[in-house]
Amino acid sequence: MMRTNYGLFVLAAVLLALPLLLPNTYYFDIANRMAINAIIVLGLNLLIGFAGQISLGHAGFFGIGAYASAVLTTHFSWPPIAALCAGAAGAALLAAAIAPPIFRLRGHYLAMATLGLGIVISIVLKNEAGYTGGPDGMSVPAMSAFGGEIFGERQWYWLFAGILLFSVWACQNLIDSPFGRALRALHGSEVASQVVGVNVARYKVTIFVLSAFFASIMGSLTAHYVGFITPDSAEFSHSIELVTMVVVGGMASVFGSVVGAVLLTALPQALTTFEGRETVAFGAILMLSMIFLPKGLVPTLAAKFGGRR
Amino acid sequence: MFSQFLQFMFSGVTVGATYALAALGFTLIYNASNVINFAQGEFIMLGGMLTVFFLKTGLPMPVALALAVAIPAAVGVLVEKLAIEPAKGAEVVGLIIITIGASLVLRGVVQIWLGKGAAAFPAFSGDAPIAVGGAALAPQSLWVLGTTAVIVVALWLFFNRTLAGKAILATSFDPLAAQLVGINTQWVLLVSFALSAAIGAIGGILLTPITMTSYDVGIMLGLKGFVAAVVGGLGNGLGAVVGGLMVGIIEAMSAGYISSAYKDAVPFLLIFVVLFFLPRGLLGAKATERV
Repeated sequence: MMRTNYGLFVLAAVLLALPLLLPNTYYFDIANRMAINAIIVLGLNLLIGFAGQISLGHAGFFGIGAYASAVLTTHFSWPPIAALCAGAAGAALLAAAIAPPIFRLRGHYLAMATLGLGIVISIVLKNEAGYTGGPDGMSVPAMSAFGGEIFGERQWYWLFAGILLFSVWACQNLIDSPFGRALRALHGSEVASQVVGVNVARYKVTIFVLSAFFASIMGSLTAHYVGFITPDSAEFSHSIELVTMVVVGGMASVFGSVVGAVLLTALPQALTTFEGRETVAFGAILMLSMIFLPKGLVPTLAAKFGGRR
Repeated sequence: MFSQFLQFMFSGVTVGATYALAALGFTLIYNASNVINFAQGEFIMLGGMLTVFFLKTGLPMPVALALAVAIPAAVGVLVEKLAIEPAKGAEVVGLIIITIGASLVLRGVVQIWLGKGAAAFPAFSGDAPIAVGGAALAPQSLWVLGTTAVIVVALWLFFNRTLAGKAILATSFDPLAAQLVGINTQWVLLVSFALSAAIGAIGGILLTPITMTSYDVGIMLGLKGFVAAVVGGLGNGLGAVVGGLMVGIIEAMSAGYISSAYKDAVPFLLIFVVLFFLPRGLLGAKATERV
């Protein structure tokens, strides 16, 4: 069944029009952070929303990517692209090594195991101060690739917008492929999908590795983009932020991931005027959106207006 | 050599008792509602912070302590009423998010109200250490251990000897069947939240003279309590106590003999080892999944 992919066109149009509307680099910076989060959340939503497996430690993979880029380029003078690839490979390998035993667990045990993984990673980053600068963080050189250097919020904007568009397209295709159908099947019932021949363990591991890979690459790019990185980026609270974006936007919804990331990235910016009260507001919004929109924003609205996901 | 081991043991058992109390809190709520309450750590924080606050306002110790246990219990009931109850039927992920939201609100309110600084109050019966086998045992540790023991015994009696306790147990086995025999499961939920908040607060109060408290201690204490509950086997009261002591002792031993910088990582590494070999924890039920 072929259908016109309106969503993707709208997103592309918004991404193209946005630079004309953004008044200064501050707004470009916010747009960039939204795109970064949206890309990570797309990967995480494949795991949580489509495959139904929770991860409370995804910031750990983001941290692996960020610090691989920071440490390898600073201390070992690797080219940024090589460092990025090494980080992504490392995160994927770690995910692949740890996934088979983790995914024997389910529900709260799975939440605990992934949470533990993230915390261990952030503690390592804090303690290996010789390389990572400890809790104070470290600065990261600018991104350079193929003889050119990426600098300034505007250049980065086009890079992030491009990756975002590609990721949305890739996710949509993945979900409509046999792989995606198998994922949704195992979310519905693991036993039933096993009975019809889905290799449940292999699919869970693959999607976990894939989302870790996404998160690590974005960690690397964020490190170069911001130019400074602290272990906070791998912390439990960052993992929670990411999961919240998935849940608020809408589980198992591609555009929900984008909307969730945009809203929750904008939120702290909007709340800075409240000085110190953002924790309370953030918590309250989490609870309220979960209680009143348990399916998430996009699927709820889509159901209401008769549209499709 | 032995005295050093004994010293690590003392500090491990002391902090482990607090983890055990936190784990009991997780277990109580999990049994009553199948919810993992990520706000459990904030009750621990509230206990310590409120005691510090009330002592500063000049209230006598017993009143301050009573308030510091009663208020978190009331907050626990509020969390259940305002956040958990309206979200009935939500998925596991959704409930986890809601309790995380509640913990952010509590932490934020305390941060605004009482500030960011660390605080403590003097130990209940002085700081003069008791010498045991060449190691020093702080009197406060005895308070921690004694109170934990009393709470464990009291809980055991409550669940095995009183009608209210048995009603809660029945609900944890099968909420629908419990309702059919006339148990008010709504009330069971409220009592469980109040009880686990109060137990957490007591743990927080007892630990404050030893480790100090601040608005953000709840994060780590709560997570380690969760580790303890999972190590012991989620939903098993005895498991929670065993898990708590085990996590505390292993943490103290690795801080002493291996590296104090990595002591916070140890409980989370332990969880991997335990879950890999015993996917349902040490004393967890061997349940089969219904298809």
